[in-house]
Amino acid sequence: MLKYESVSELVAEAEKRNIKISELVLEDQAKSMEKEPLELYEKMEISFQVMKDSINEGMKKDQKSMSGLTGGEGYLMNEYAATGGISGNFMTKAMARALAVAGCNASMGRIVAAPTAGSCGILPGCLVSLYEDRGFEEKDVVMAMFTAGAIGMVIAEKSSVAGAQGGCQAECGSASAMAAAALVEVMGGRPSQCADACAMAISNQMGLVCDPVGGLVEIPCIKRNVSGLAIAFSSADMALAGIRANIPADECIGAMREVGDALPASLKETAGGGLATTPTGRKLRDKVFGLT
Amino acid sequence: MNVFDMIGPIMIGPSSSHTAGAVRLGRVVNKLIDNRQLKKVEITLSGSFAQTYKGHGTDRALLAGIMGYKSYSPEIRSALDIASEQGIDYEFITENIKGAHPNTARIHYFLNDGTEGVMQGASIGGGNILVNQINGMNVEFNGENNTILVMHEDKPGVIASVTNMMHWEHAELNISNFHLSRQEKGGDAIMTIEIDNQPPDTLVDDIRKIDHVTNAILIRRV
Repeated sequence: MLKYESVSELVAEAEKRNIKISELVLEDQAKSMEKEPLELYEKMEISFQVMKDSINEGMKKDQKSMSGLTGGEGYLMNEYAATGGISGNFMTKAMARALAVAGCNASMGRIVAAPTAGSCGILPGCLVSLYEDRGFEEKDVVMAMFTAGAIGMVIAEKSSVAGAQGGCQAECGSASAMAAAALVEVMGGRPSQCADACAMAISNQMGLVCDPVGGLVEIPCIKRNVSGLAIAFSSADMALAGIRANIPADECIGAMREVGDALPASLKETAGGGLATTPTGRKLRDKVFGLT
Repeated sequence: MNVFDMIGPIMIGPSSSHTAGAVRLGRVVNKLIDNRQLKKVEITLSGSFAQTYKGHGTDRALLAGIMGYKSYSPEIRSALDIASEQGIDYEFITENIKGAHPNTARIHYFLNDGTEGVMQGASIGGGNILVNQINGMNVEFNGENNTILVMHEDKPGVIASVTNMMHWEHAELNISNFHLSRQEKGGDAIMTIEIDNQPPDTLVDDIRKIDHVTNAILIRRV
């Protein structure tokens, strides 16, 4: 049985047996949950379907959050994506998907927490884009979600995936690291390259604080799903290019915990600092909760 | 922890603690109500729940859970309307419950048959919950296992009678957690017993027959 206490364990075991991390994890999880691998695969397939549904829901023109503070970002970005924008059709469309899922979440729509609700747009933005716009097989994409999940388990074990404990680096940072590893796997990278991508994604979001305006999962959370997605793609591309992470993934995860512990409570989901307490942040909060 | 804790759960947004966890707190009350007709609920929101419930839909989520919906049910969004259609009166009160976890709700329910009850619990993050009080007595369970609450008089041997009966009559049952609280020596007491297995149909009735046991309630996994 795998312990999920280190990324290096996953890489070493997968490379020793010359299989993908996802194959290793599916086999292991089926054993530990006493289920057939096919049953677990089908459960993951349902989650992939829900991710696609959330994208469609969040791209509707009239999409609006519960508080009314946000809405329609997925629609606007999707319209703009048709022009190619600065970053090209593929990336702008991927950003639109991340915004759509995060917007769907804010409007009480149905999403897959990955690993959390606040960071739920990153993994679908990355993986649905490879599936729909790059023509990868659904099977390979769904399998890569097991790799993403395994990375998440290591982070949860050794650090945290909760904004209240580790700040946004623990939510969007973890989601981005999970997605980066999954992207590398779908693209045919080796397990060690998955770990490199994971390490670079965490490094590039180290210290990100959780400072939601009014305590709501909207500002800046929705847009941070886009930055998390961009970091996932760039980290995966660097790893696939053969660029190694200078600090190994497990040490990055350890550092993330240390940084999370050092962050003051005001920057860990309490709406007590950062953007939440800017003059505009306060004004928006008061608008929603009826204070003046 | 398994891989579906990281890719999942499938849930209605926007917040695992303020929405999904709130549905699960509501579902504990749904289990306590046990298919009887609900007339009215008074829901007290404390701490962060009190401050942010409107933006997170915590009110809808709690009410949806009380009506039996799950944390992935699309009906959560329209739970207030659904409750009105079903003739359920509801009221939300914001109050600081002293010493309680920041995301705490106290749900006071009134049934058509005249009975009532109170549950207090907290959403402790990631959709996980902790139930702290049932009808004013301290309990401690998270709803992830099937849980049996045994109300009894604080007398020597009652715990042994209950657990022995469970073992002799239902040998496959395994207790995964046990918590006891009492108001005063010799007074009312409550056992919280979590079990790994599916509870046999007769279990609760068998417990109720034991001397000094005043009532037993089964709360199935929420």
